Amino acid sequence: MSDQGGLRSGLRVVVQEAPFDFGAEAERFAAGRTDLGAVVTFTGVVRDVAGGLEGMEIEHYPGMTEKALTEIASEAQARWSLGEVLVIHRYGKMAAGDRIMMVATASAHRQHAFEAAEYLMDYLKSRAPFWKKESAGGDQSWVAAKDEDEAALDRW
Amino acid sequence: MIDVLYFAWVRERIGLPKEKIETSAATVAALVEELKAREERYEAAFADLSALRVAVDQELTDFDAPLAGAREVAFFPPMTGG
Repeated sequence: MSDQGGLRSGLRVVVQEAPFDFGAEAERFAAGRTDLGAVVTFTGVVRDVAGGLEGMEIEHYPGMTEKALTEIASEAQARWSLGEVLVIHRYGKMAAGDRIMMVATASAHRQHAFEAAEYLMDYLKSRAPFWKKESAGGDQSWVAAKDEDEAALDRW
Repeated sequence: MIDVLYFAWVRERIGLPKEKIETSAATVAALVEELKAREERYEAAFADLSALRVAVDQELTDFDAPLAGAREVAFFPPMTGG
């Protein structure tokens, strides 16, 4: 807990292989904080872009992953007035439709919560050490990083 | 001795996730040159450095970063989280 612009600020970062319960996490997030009027949640889901996705496997860098996510979330806390921040990101094997990750931000007003959630997403897409590998048609291929994901960081 | 880690296709191309390397390389780039001189699989993995990212002691950095005092260097493609 730290003091963020007058708000008591909590940060939770979770990196795990197991699925997470989005409903329970959303329910628990910032529960009891009557000073926070805005809660934003974002969930990333395994997408079958071309059809025929047999699965996805996410590799990560144990140790650096937790560190990078905490740094990104701490920077969000420094830039916006946030009461609570949550980042959950999975690794390992997943199927189309599975939830990969979620972020949640809570603030007194919605602008801070929305902007901070977008910032978290932009940064953890290209600055957190995760790599996606897709299986389709019996072949496996690493998902290439997109130029626009890198460009998205410029707006911050 | 320094721990060198590889992730994603870099790991696959080199054929192992982690190794200990005896090196006196002053920078990441110098370490890459030493590795490339070892075997063809390293040459293949490090052929295009613009396609790679590097972390020293779990912090993203550049290929000209110094290695003095570093315990761990990791090479990997651009990250695809989220």
